[in-house]
Amino acid sequence: MTRGSGPRARAPRCNQNSGTQVTDTPMTTLETERTLLARLRAWYSAEDANPTKRVQFDRPLTPWLFVLPQLAVVAIFFYWPSVQAVTSSFYIEDPFGFGSTFVGMENYGDAVTSSQYRDTALFTAFFCVVVTALSLGLGLLLAVKADKVIRGTETYKTLLISVYAIAPPVAGLMGMMFFDMHMGPIKDLFALFGHDLRVGIDYWDTAIALITISVWKQIPYNFIFFLSGLQSVPVPVREAALIDARSGWRRFRDVILPLLAPTAFFLLIINITYTMFDTFPIIDVIVKDKPANNPMTLVYKVYLDGFKGNDIGGSSAQSVILMVVVAALTVLQFRFLERRVHYG
Amino acid sequence: MQKLATATVAFALTASTAMAATDITWWHGMGGRNGEVINEISQKFNDAQDTCKLTPVSKGTYEEALSSAIAAFRSGEQPNILQVFDAGAATIIAAEGATIPAEDLIRNAGEEFNRDDFISGVRGFYADADGKFIGMPFNSSAPIMYYNVAAFEKAGVEPPKTWEEFETVAPKLKEAGYLPLTASQLTWMMVENFKSRNNQQFATNNNGYDAIDGTEIIVNDENQVMMFEKLKAWADDGLFGFYGAGWSDNLKPFEEGESAMWIGSSGSFGGLQQSADFEFSADFMPYWDSIEGAGTQSFIGGAALFAMAGKSDEENACSAQFFSFLTSPEIQVYWHKNTGYVPVTEAAYEMAKSEGYYDEKPVAEVGIKQLQLESGEWTRGYRMGFYPQIRTVMEREFNRIFSDEVSVQDAFDTIQEEGNQLLARFAKTSS
Repeated sequence: MTRGSGPRARAPRCNQNSGTQVTDTPMTTLETERTLLARLRAWYSAEDANPTKRVQFDRPLTPWLFVLPQLAVVAIFFYWPSVQAVTSSFYIEDPFGFGSTFVGMENYGDAVTSSQYRDTALFTAFFCVVVTALSLGLGLLLAVKADKVIRGTETYKTLLISVYAIAPPVAGLMGMMFFDMHMGPIKDLFALFGHDLRVGIDYWDTAIALITISVWKQIPYNFIFFLSGLQSVPVPVREAALIDARSGWRRFRDVILPLLAPTAFFLLIINITYTMFDTFPIIDVIVKDKPANNPMTLVYKVYLDGFKGNDIGGSSAQSVILMVVVAALTVLQFRFLERRVHYG
Repeated sequence: MQKLATATVAFALTASTAMAATDITWWHGMGGRNGEVINEISQKFNDAQDTCKLTPVSKGTYEEALSSAIAAFRSGEQPNILQVFDAGAATIIAAEGATIPAEDLIRNAGEEFNRDDFISGVRGFYADADGKFIGMPFNSSAPIMYYNVAAFEKAGVEPPKTWEEFETVAPKLKEAGYLPLTASQLTWMMVENFKSRNNQQFATNNNGYDAIDGTEIIVNDENQVMMFEKLKAWADDGLFGFYGAGWSDNLKPFEEGESAMWIGSSGSFGGLQQSADFEFSADFMPYWDSIEGAGTQSFIGGAALFAMAGKSDEENACSAQFFSFLTSPEIQVYWHKNTGYVPVTEAAYEMAKSEGYYDEKPVAEVGIKQLQLESGEWTRGYRMGFYPQIRTVMEREFNRIFSDEVSVQDAFDTIQEEGNQLLARFAKTSS
């Protein structure tokens, strides 16, 4: 849901970047905004507010009305379950809800000290870095190349993007056919190099399959954004760069890449979220509901302990840890990375 | 059938004032052909009487059915009848108040219930320490050894009865160009049913039946470790194929005629008849001749039906009526023939026999015969909380054993340790 709205939410911003180049309308709106701002100040008092970022409404309730549905969704599907998760993480509970024992931080202690949990956390971090790096890198590479294609552009783009239409479980199933331990063609490919690929039995072999499928599934998404980012780089800028530098790589590094930074930053966050959470169906299909010794992500472990193992307390503690980690990660990204992003 | 007829009459009388039939729901975890048979049986029940209307709902896998029902129970939306698999039995039985014991349900509805009607192997598993049926045995299976007839003819050997015989037979099968053995779900075959076939204690507190507190699993003992050291050695010698924790990955080599033997469920018979295009037969799962007292019956596998609490008397009466309907010989035989699961009552077994079903399909009788073998001190069943999670730990360690990451003894020490931690956690849920 949230990811689906991504492209639409992002698109106007790309246009805005190029839009400011051609028109000078912002000047007039700024004028009216100032008078309105005075009125808004009366309503809200205080707040230093950057006037250019203010949106004006006649009545103070209107904006709240607009955000109400979204707030309701967030409250029902995020805050409420979060509070529940935090509460039940302090108990060891009978699955049916008859008895429970307050254990304080014991569930957290059990999770953090378990070697299995640590292995899963390490794998999740590794998986995150590798999948994000590969899918961003390959997406960018393909976008740069597609940007240069003149003949047959549409076919080329459609072919690259179409993978995005495949639902993750289906992607997992398709990938699994390729990696199948009895008849998968990729197994034969690895056999040519003398490696007996045993997805489902060997930890790292399964990791290879997981990473390959997850990256494959995510490339089109990154491709679309990078391509639209590249296409919004103004022609005069490109032409000016052409005079300054002969080397294509230098032009890309010094001119194009900084202009792509907002897109890249947005994609970075989306890709990390993708690897942490949205790869769930792919993992589920590959480990076939029985993870055994195969690698999995923290989210999958939450599901496994909570839904298959019926250990509600332990699973809640794990999901709270995960929530805190992801929140911290996002804050860090915004604080340290976004500073270096130039929105143009 | 007579019981059913009287029940139907009784219900017709009591419910004569009510115009509409009472709706009851049944959540189960079966798919494919087995799921279709469940629908057919429900239809038969609805056609046989008009006071109750049963709606079966597939909830995915066994695990998913159980966790959906748990979530539903907590919000008061539970189904009337829930199918719970063997490993989940402790979870639901420990939650007293979540279910109505099957015996009470049936007796409260004024129907007869006789434990001795059931075949011996199914009586204990879903019962409490006193033998009272909490769950109603439904789809029951036993792990049996299927074999490729042509493979054994080619190698000139007989199917093994014991693992010692396997050790002499297997190299000859290998010479004949076959992978001698594969097995699905080693947790069920080589731990749980290793315990029962060889009459080995599986947990303290009388295999967990007597108390939840202080129950500890017993898996790092000499015999259990020996079983897996043998399996590992056989795998290294090319006598045993291990293809991970997935059920079908281990079945595939047998279906494709590559492996000579496959240890699977008696409930797999229906599917195998379609997927294997060669002549196959089956025999009991082997045991160790060297272990004293071995050769006993296996634990019952599969699942049972539980009547969930919090429902009206009319609905409970319908559930009871359905339980009686389900154990009637006709329905049992219908289920048995269509799925390969064993009949749970003596009467149904006799009926299938007298119809000549086993002369026609001897494989179908192997599971039920194995469940009727001599019982031992430890063959009744086991009752351990969070057992699905313990199975997950085992699956993880087995993969490590077969990819040379850990020794068998270390793996079982880990299972013992983590298993006991889980059991201790489970003990806290009910206090």
